[in-house]
Amino acid sequence: MTAEVMDHGLEARGLGCVRNDRQLFADLSFCLCPGQALILEGRNGSGKTSLLRILCGMRQPDDGQLCWNGEDIFRLGPEYHAQIAYVGHRDGVKQDLTATENLRLARGLGAPNPAFGIDAALDQVELWEHADSLARNLSAGQQRRLALARLLVTWAKLWILDEPFTSLDSLGIGIVESLFANHLAGGGMLAVTSHHPVSLNDADIIRINLST
Amino acid sequence: MSTASLNRAFALLLWRDLVLALRRRTELLNPLLFFVLVTTLFPLGIGADPALLSAIAPGIIWVAALLAAMLSLDSVFRSDFEDGSLEQFLISAQPLSVLVLAKVVAHWLITGLPLLIVAPLLGLLLHLSGASIGALLLTLLLGTPVLSLIGAIGVALTVGLRRGGVILSLLVLPLYIPVLIFAADAVASSGAGLPITAHLSLLAALLVLALSLSPLATAAALKISLS
Repeated sequence: MTAEVMDHGLEARGLGCVRNDRQLFADLSFCLCPGQALILEGRNGSGKTSLLRILCGMRQPDDGQLCWNGEDIFRLGPEYHAQIAYVGHRDGVKQDLTATENLRLARGLGAPNPAFGIDAALDQVELWEHADSLARNLSAGQQRRLALARLLVTWAKLWILDEPFTSLDSLGIGIVESLFANHLAGGGMLAVTSHHPVSLNDADIIRINLST
Repeated sequence: MSTASLNRAFALLLWRDLVLALRRRTELLNPLLFFVLVTTLFPLGIGADPALLSAIAPGIIWVAALLAAMLSLDSVFRSDFEDGSLEQFLISAQPLSVLVLAKVVAHWLITGLPLLIVAPLLGLLLHLSGASIGALLLTLLLGTPVLSLIGAIGVALTVGLRRGGVILSLLVLPLYIPVLIFAADAVASSGAGLPITAHLSLLAALLVLALSLSPLATAAALKISLS
């Protein structure tokens, strides 16, 4: 029982965000528990990315509070950051580093995942034959997969993803969806925005539409 | 987070920035070339009178070093900001100020250290005495890291702006003035045979102050720029 209370994930209470004097969203509350996925929908400019940046702790919400296992994420700071992995619009892939070097840095900055080495992660996103290629020589879709491989090399419970399927082909989308399914099955959490329908079969999904 | 993982993150980031600099050598050479060109143009412009040159050499070399440092500042965070790496640093499990310090150390190794290596040659060119060249090297060794550390705060504040260049100069230049005054005066004093311990102590004090406070200020500024 205590374990359940301790481990109840991310809770948002009355979140609000104002940008350029415009209220993007207000009084947004949800609870994301282990094994659940949060899918954010909404038109362009409805505040999806802003909400994700708030969930990452990069931006303070203008209203409300965000708690991880019952504690405010801004008070937790790096302790919370060790639990999350974020792949944003700008995917943070360094063009002049090889795929392996990119992942090595990501692994060093987070809490390394004992289950996934760098090679294993590249294997998962089917980039193993490009391990020593500079990122600038990879195609847009391959770079996106490299960015998503970052999710695997650190031990992060909550994955926060902004349009993860951008520039991926159907094969790439399949790979990423199976990563999501494994992550959720292992008790992970997912917060994602996507214009593509995300198919997560029988996973427990919370949908929030910011346009309504 | 344990100290081991902190050290590892510091070393990894330092290594990464050095590798990146080596793979983009033109950026590496730019400030150095600027430093050498500006300094060598002075004798051409004002004539080759040894007495005059050795009198103004400390000022010339230090002003050129200062401008070269400013020229290179934007590269500290710009590319990381544009490709999203900076966001990853912000939400990494390590404290941002430590990562910032790694980046500034790398920046100094890439842009500050080469100035130290060519400075003796430029000193000779401007007829500085042996003692003055020694003092010049000491002041550069203590002063250029301060330039990188203070500059990082300014870059962190302006990295989110589309045209941050002018504001950056206005922000950072006044803070560079103390370094310039003490350093150039130290070189001139040593040329006149005066002791320079006081100058060096002040520069060292500035370095310690910048080293301990600038990473915190830079980290805070980055958080503001990225939110």
